[in-house]
Amino acid sequence: MRSLDPLIEEARALADGQPVSSPSAHSAEGEVARVLQICNACRYCEGFCAVFPAMTRRLEFHRADVHYLANLCHNCGACLHACQYAPPHEFQVNVPRAMAEVRGRTYAEYAWPAPLGRLYQRNGLTLSVALAAALALFLILAVALRGSLAGTPAGSFYDIFPHHLLVGLFAPVFGFAALALAMGLRRFWRDVTPVTSGQPVSAPASAEAAGHVLTLTYLDGGHGEGCHNEDDAWTLARRRLHHLTFYGFLLCFAATGVGTLAHYLLGWAAPYPLASLPKLLGVAGGVSLLIGTTGLGWLNLRRHPLHGAPAQRPMDRGFIALLFLTSASGLALWLAAGSAALPLWLCLHLGCVMALFATLPYGKFAHGIYRTAALLRHAVEKRQPNPVGLGAD
Amino acid sequence: MGTDVLVIGGGNAALCAALMAAEAGASVLLLEAAPRELRGGNSAHTRNLRCMHDAPQDVLVDAYPEEEYWQDLLKVTGGRTSEPLARLVIRASSTCRGWMQRHGVRFQPPLSGALHVARTNAFFMGGGKALVNAYFRSAERLGVRIRYQAPVQRIELQDGRFVAAWVGDERITAKACVLAAGGFESNREWLREAWGRNERGEWPADNFLIRGTRFNQGTLLRHLIEEHRADAIGDPTQAHMVAIDARAPLYDGGICTRIDCVSLSVVVNREARRFYDEGEDFWPKRYAIWGRLVAQQPGQTAWSVIDAKAVGRFMPPVFPGVVAHSLPELARRLGLDETAFMQTLNDYNRACRRDHAGHFDHTVLDDCRTEGLAPVKSHWARPIDTAPFYGYALRPGVTFTYLGLRTDETAAVRFGGQPSANLFVAGEMMAGNVLGQGYTAGVGMSIGTAFGRIAGTRAAAAAAAARGREVQHALA
Repeated sequence: MRSLDPLIEEARALADGQPVSSPSAHSAEGEVARVLQICNACRYCEGFCAVFPAMTRRLEFHRADVHYLANLCHNCGACLHACQYAPPHEFQVNVPRAMAEVRGRTYAEYAWPAPLGRLYQRNGLTLSVALAAALALFLILAVALRGSLAGTPAGSFYDIFPHHLLVGLFAPVFGFAALALAMGLRRFWRDVTPVTSGQPVSAPASAEAAGHVLTLTYLDGGHGEGCHNEDDAWTLARRRLHHLTFYGFLLCFAATGVGTLAHYLLGWAAPYPLASLPKLLGVAGGVSLLIGTTGLGWLNLRRHPLHGAPAQRPMDRGFIALLFLTSASGLALWLAAGSAALPLWLCLHLGCVMALFATLPYGKFAHGIYRTAALLRHAVEKRQPNPVGLGAD
Repeated sequence: MGTDVLVIGGGNAALCAALMAAEAGASVLLLEAAPRELRGGNSAHTRNLRCMHDAPQDVLVDAYPEEEYWQDLLKVTGGRTSEPLARLVIRASSTCRGWMQRHGVRFQPPLSGALHVARTNAFFMGGGKALVNAYFRSAERLGVRIRYQAPVQRIELQDGRFVAAWVGDERITAKACVLAAGGFESNREWLREAWGRNERGEWPADNFLIRGTRFNQGTLLRHLIEEHRADAIGDPTQAHMVAIDARAPLYDGGICTRIDCVSLSVVVNREARRFYDEGEDFWPKRYAIWGRLVAQQPGQTAWSVIDAKAVGRFMPPVFPGVVAHSLPELARRLGLDETAFMQTLNDYNRACRRDHAGHFDHTVLDDCRTEGLAPVKSHWARPIDTAPFYGYALRPGVTFTYLGLRTDETAAVRFGGQPSANLFVAGEMMAGNVLGQGYTAGVGMSIGTAFGRIAGTRAAAAAAAARGREVQHALA
């Protein structure tokens, strides 16, 4: 019995005029091309998500196609559990894993500045170092500014860290993260636009893609009953916990934004009372983020061993843990108001937030950016006529 | 170890039987020969169910009335079918989907590559393995005990009644039993014996590939027919046989190894001669005849040849074709006699009417035919003249066999014309009652679902009756 790999290679070697962008059979991209060639001849999974309808518009899978499809994949596991060619079948088809491996590489490859893309490869280490460094920075600063971390509780955070100091520390880090993510996105977009019809984005396509992003459509299994986690049963847990995490993050972000506006426009300094908008947003967001990340972390530990890329697990777990720590320390900070522990919690919270911001462009956060871009390109591409005309069958 | 209902098999029919028996209150033990990760038999490779419906129903468009379904079945089987059992299957196919959905099967509208069956067939979301997964989960929830890697070698009968089954040295008794352990297509010896030796001295079956599970060894089928003299039906050479890529794995190649370009191509045998009208009808309709056609050719191999014009008009093949920039080069690469190949191709190309070329439309029966050529190519006949050229080697791929146990509308196994009171049969082990030859997409699952459900219900009832007798006996 011959396996598919050498056969594909053999035939490719026979074929003249081979496109130079063809992924090598041994690369992560080559593995996606290999499994998609099998999927394209089977197509039983077309109802699960956007990857398969997008696949059917192609007969060959070049590098940019693979990058696009890999980021369109939500790693829901449905196509793995339904696959007649999944391991132990000799075809060894594992779409979610092949896609996850490429996806991880695309984050590194499109990262800006390019040398920092390497941070993805040792993402667990990067995160730990960033977190430790940021915590140390704030602890040292606190001691240097106040002489001690304990003692009389401060009325305002700014008694511990002057506002201009915080702005001076966070604004550049946040600004750099936003710039780096935007540059990575730009590179990705330039690569995948030509292979996804090249057509510009339309309003209906944008609206559709936004809907898919905000509702996580493709974690619904195609039938609304959810995706897979530890086995072949469906669960909506992952989709719901991701929602709690995502919207919790947005609420926290909104809390910071509203707080900033309150500070500059109204001269209203933190900490805010519970009944204020920044506090309500922050507490709701923090609680949501805390529940969401706890759940996602739990699901991640129980995840079916064939799902996703094993090499990416530290990155997933690191990011989940950092979000958890950020929300937990934020909530602790709120509960510590008026107590002697406030300065310490403030240092811990600011350290977490700083580490989160600093690593945004080089960690799991990037999946949201690239997936959104891929969904948008898919919404554009599917509105174009299918270039492959199968006819009666 | 005892149970009310013993189900032997782990595919669609077995699971339907187990679910129905459990729903009827019976304790059920299911024995699957395969390990868990290879469970489900050939059902894991299926995709849809052919459904009768008098009006559009969820994923099904238009109507597909009973009579049309019956005529379709009559046509493909050439009359080798039992009308009462076929009609029973057809009627059951219109009402089973709600029950299937309650057990976790999800349907989806047919998408690309299968639009021709949007009207007649309901597609399982994710295909047959997703269906099998859903049924196993549901069975476990209902308390059905499942044992994997438990192939049954033989059963014990007493006066036509099931008593026990043997898995290795283990004897498993039950009050009733459903046999749903598939056909014998993975048994190379049996296939060889059935197909025999041809006039060229070849054993054709040695070159067959099996599209489905390696676990359908036909052990119980042979045991029932030969040792228990159960009534059999069907011809051992009749099977669902399609032409698949010669490089497909020996087992479990499934759907993706089909070669979909036959109707757009010229198909030649080892002598580089054409042997059948490639454009007789749409590929899905002629799909199931090409396995036998190739089986009759020398070496049980044929080659489907297309040119660049056909690329992108058929389902992408799983293995890349052999490519060449000229036809003589292609002949050499395919290992075919260049002179004979060129004569066949030149004759064909000359017979393609130029004035027809403008009418070519691969989405309809375009009557773009050859003239003065034998055999004719009746549709989609365009000269093979545009490089690059592609060739795909074809082999017969057996999906499932039709030789089975004769049964009736109760799904009972029959001995000397007498139905057993507690032994039932479903799925591939009895599909030959309905399918004497030929095939039309999704009928196998319709038969398995209809008879699996009947067998499960009947087995539960037989077990309840046996329990009743035991109680009476105890009271007496």
